[in-house]
Amino acid sequence: MAENKKLQVALYWGAACGGCDVAVLDTNEFILDIARAADIRLWPIAVDGKYKDVEAMADGELDLCLFNGAVRNSENEEIAKLLRRKSKVMVAFGSCAYMGGIPGLANLTTREAIVDRAYFHNPSIQPGNHTMPQSETQVGAETLHLPRFYKRVYKLSDVVDVDYFVPGCPPAPAQVKGVVRAVIATADGGSLPPKGTVVGASDRALCDDCSRAKAEKKIARFYRPFQVVQDPKRCLLEQGIVCMGPVTRSGCGVRCPDSNMGCRGCYGPLPGVHDHGARFLSALASVIDSKDRTEIDAILDGIPDFIGTAYRFGVPASLLQRSVRS
Amino acid sequence: MSFEPRIVAFLCNWCSYTGADLAGTSRIQYQPNVRVIRVMCSGRVDPAFVLQALATGADGVLVCGCHPGDCHYSEGNYKAMRRFPLLERILAAYGVPKERVRLEWVSASEGQRFADLVNDMTDRLRALGPSPIKSGLRTDAVERY
Repeated sequence: MAENKKLQVALYWGAACGGCDVAVLDTNEFILDIARAADIRLWPIAVDGKYKDVEAMADGELDLCLFNGAVRNSENEEIAKLLRRKSKVMVAFGSCAYMGGIPGLANLTTREAIVDRAYFHNPSIQPGNHTMPQSETQVGAETLHLPRFYKRVYKLSDVVDVDYFVPGCPPAPAQVKGVVRAVIATADGGSLPPKGTVVGASDRALCDDCSRAKAEKKIARFYRPFQVVQDPKRCLLEQGIVCMGPVTRSGCGVRCPDSNMGCRGCYGPLPGVHDHGARFLSALASVIDSKDRTEIDAILDGIPDFIGTAYRFGVPASLLQRSVRS
Repeated sequence: MSFEPRIVAFLCNWCSYTGADLAGTSRIQYQPNVRVIRVMCSGRVDPAFVLQALATGADGVLVCGCHPGDCHYSEGNYKAMRRFPLLERILAAYGVPKERVRLEWVSASEGQRFADLVNDMTDRLRALGPSPIKSGLRTDAVERY
């Protein structure tokens, strides 16, 4: 790279809550280092860049695109494809882009049910109001277009070729710094990891980094965090609090268990695991202290929404991807 | 051509596979819709195997192990027993009918029971029709709306 040429960067959000963008800002003064080393060409939450400016760029003009959020509608996909074309390195940034994330839970219901809830049967909607956004509207001689709502949620790699994956809901600020530094370092001859690598995370399970004391696990009853006074030094799972630590990548800094909450699995499955939820299912089943089917069912009833727990961040990345109803 | 269900069966080496073998050596006739995969123990059946089978085109998945108390490794079938209700919850949330995935205990002497089981499952799946999972995932790749 030429001496005075800055790194060209785009940050974009698909179906997302904005937390990943905030995670970039959470790097505090490091954001100034980013601004020094890079030109931010598109960042809808913070910078005034337009799609037409991106369209006007040459292919591969951007060095890096951090794409957060899942693909829920035609706009998400269109911009993902546009940014892919314009970027040398495409990063699925955060759990939604990586695995579908929280928006991905919509794959357990149907598009019709979502639309009905949002526009027709909702306490905040005036009875009888049937206003419903259309993908095309005729206004005088003009036709206005809105993005089309897909029948299901996709993860970013379902619609474009992705170079790297950064997990986390949101990614931990230290990991964000690490990733950006690695890309900046390529200007001085630094090399990037092999394509497809999950970066900004560890290859070990969260339990390896968790400081709580662990003994043999035998669970006779599950508790939700508010139902029990917990021992802050002892493994949460042993206390009957659901924790996905055994099957989840570390790298987040053990923030949830350190805050007395079970791991929710936002860093995704360990390397080599194809289905995060199925692996969690196995881990959980092996520590339940019963050999009687009726009793096992009663113990499991202590987890009110098992699928929402096991696949909280990864329905679109699971083997079945979506409900057969959707 | 009428629909013939495809069933993937994971049979434990010590009881259920031997039971299926007995069905064969006893010349018991049963429907040819089952594809058997021998595993060392029903406890070896990772729930991801079941999901993978469904995602890649199986109409049903049958997991068979030793009767409770009879496991060659003493506890493996209890692991399978504890996983199953969780797997059922996941499958229900994905909208997969209960008939598609079954966990059953078949001992080495129960050749007839294995044959009956396969016949029963095949009939139920035939009535249920082809699994929409694989074709659905294929459509998703090209059809977004």
